[in-house]
Amino acid sequence: MSFALSEEHEAFRAVVREFAEAEIAPHAARWDREHHFPVEVVARMGELGLFGLTAPERFGGSGGDLASLCVAIEEIGRVDQSMGITLEAAVGLGINPILRFGTEAQQQRWLPDLVAGRALAGFGLTEPEAGSDAGATRTRAVLEADEWVIDGAKQFITNSGSAITSCVTITARTGELPDASPEISAIIVPSGTPGFTVEPAYDKLGWHASDTHPLTFAGARVPVGNLLGERGKGFSQFLATLDDGRIAIAALAVGAIAACLEMSVRYAGERVAFGVPIGTKQGVAFQVADLHVMLESSRLLTYRAAWLRDSGRPRAEVKQAAAVAKLHATTCAVSATRVATQVFGGYGFIEDYPVARFYRDAKILEIGEGTSEVQRVLIARGLGLPVE
Amino acid sequence: MAEPRRVLVLVKYVPDAAGERSFADADSTTVRTTEGLLSELDEYAVEEALSLAESGGWEVTVATMGPEQAGAAIRKALQMGADAGIHISDEALHGTDALGTSAVLAAAVRKFSDEGGCDLLLCGMASTDAGMSVIPAMLAERLGLPQVSFASQLSVEGDTVRIRRDSETATETIESRLPAVVSVTDQINEPRYPSFKGIMAAKKKPVTTWSLADLGIEPAEVGLAASWSPVTEVSKRPPRGQGTIITDDGEGGVALAEFLAAEKFI
Ligand SMILES: Cc1cc2nc3c(=O)[nH]c(=O)nc-3n(C[C@H](O)[C@H](O)[C@H](O)COP(=O)(O)OP(=O)(O)OC[C@H]3O[C@@H](n4cnc5c(N)ncnc54)[C@H](O)[C@@H]3O)c2cc1C
Repeated sequence: MSFALSEEHEAFRAVVREFAEAEIAPHAARWDREHHFPVEVVARMGELGLFGLTAPERFGGSGGDLASLCVAIEEIGRVDQSMGITLEAAVGLGINPILRFGTEAQQQRWLPDLVAGRALAGFGLTEPEAGSDAGATRTRAVLEADEWVIDGAKQFITNSGSAITSCVTITARTGELPDASPEISAIIVPSGTPGFTVEPAYDKLGWHASDTHPLTFAGARVPVGNLLGERGKGFSQFLATLDDGRIAIAALAVGAIAACLEMSVRYAGERVAFGVPIGTKQGVAFQVADLHVMLESSRLLTYRAAWLRDSGRPRAEVKQAAAVAKLHATTCAVSATRVATQVFGGYGFIEDYPVARFYRDAKILEIGEGTSEVQRVLIARGLGLPVE
Repeated sequence: MAEPRRVLVLVKYVPDAAGERSFADADSTTVRTTEGLLSELDEYAVEEALSLAESGGWEVTVATMGPEQAGAAIRKALQMGADAGIHISDEALHGTDALGTSAVLAAAVRKFSDEGGCDLLLCGMASTDAGMSVIPAMLAERLGLPQVSFASQLSVEGDTVRIRRDSETATETIESRLPAVVSVTDQINEPRYPSFKGIMAAKKKPVTTWSLADLGIEPAEVGLAASWSPVTEVSKRPPRGQGTIITDDGEGGVALAEFLAAEKFI
């Protein structure tokens, strides 16, 4: 029995940490303040091979495992959640669907640039009227001659409107099944397709340096060959995509908790009140101790889920572990940022310290890629309960 | 395909400046730390060798002399992309000075060259711990090779290496025939971070360990006892003083000038 990452994963962690501290940490506050998406840093992350961790070598990837991606997301997320989600979404939502379900031609066309960090792809599932109920997709794609004609709208799509976004994979109704339920398929829409509009970025509570847009489609035409994998498989494709994505989001949460713990330990040892460091007071020290428990438990669940996935365990087992990890780690991340802000007192509420940024950034973790309620639905179903 | 040419990069394992440090002995400046790493200044030499290799036709070997932990410096270079490593390690080497080090490295270079040729030797411009910058010159002298130091640009054409050296007054372009010993500055390139692929690949790369016996060197010729420049005393830097506060009661400027003059700042 072993709970340790391999020596190579740990060596890789050291490299990503060095990179994150040198190239991201010094600028994160400014990018956040200016709502700036640093394309040049995406390119540097690409050079480091972060986008290609799970892609095969023939597309420029390193053929690594999900655990290595989790290490990278955790370490980037430890200094900047915005760049952490940029990486997570780029791989989990941008590259993965094309890698898992794309045809050879689609892979050849899109993957090399995505893997190198020269381009980003988005995944458009959520709609104004279809979030947790992702199957309620209204966006339509109608086959006309050899083109799909797309009409509809997508909501909150990460990495969909950056200067280097090359395409967005969306889900759309492509017909009706015999039981009158919609047939949903996934289609790759290249950026710049006439009729496909990337609306102005949202004004978000957190993740200010991450690129999120509403998308509209008004008679957008793409070649029939842009259908991702099989027609009618859109729903099951995104469900499968989201299982891996949840483990990766859990890793992003672990990064936030790790940052909170480190900042709090340091601050509690330095800040003096009533003539002693505040860490002398149990009221503070116990809260910091709790942070450590949050970190350890979240990290274990996350890497165990990644390990189950990497060792090819049955899908149901991975799915359950992913939901458990996502639920626990993201709940802990929100608690941890609240605790760290409390430890910092008034300074925790001021943007001069990163604590405030982590506090704003954490909340979305409980919402994106399946809310905490949706995770509980999945876990309860996994237990065999007849929850609706 | 022609045989690849061989570049040997000499690297040093140094204490991590961010870690806890103490002197290993009372009579040497060898620093002992819990954590060490590939000297940052040597990363530039590794990077330069790797970009030569990427231009085609070169094989990159890194060599280090140091204790068992120094293997970490070789591993880092292999993770960056070097093809093979040589670790020169021997109990008797502890406390060896620069002269001794250059003798050992020269023997290692000869052995390396005998086994498959050596077309270029690359070094960093100094180590980040001792910072003497003397090894490249000593090594070139011992090997009878041309020495070209402080390169801020390097190119190889045929049997010629051309470097640029920037000084305050002039920029020199210097050519030398190969093989040569070249030291590079921190201006020459931007060392890469190892990728995950590189880290995984490094596991399978060959690292050869050479002892003093392998190099035909007597233990008595090296080590603390054979050192030409023994350290007579080592003391910690005294803690910083309190500082002087001058209250400006109209004569503050004069008092400040007197203080600066007394400390020989002006
Ligand atoms: C910054 C950001 C980035 C995003 N990036 C992407 C992206 O790249 N691609 C993409 O497709 N989507 C993306 N999303 C969308 C995100 O996945 C959805 O917001 C999320 O799934 C919730 O959907 P909703 O907002 O419609 O909320 P709703 O589904 O309307 O949920 C509202 C509330 O009701 C609860 N609820 C709903 N159904 C149930 C139920 N059955 N049982 C119990 N409670 C329930 C929810 O848990 C929630 O608390 C992003 C969102 C944000 C904010």
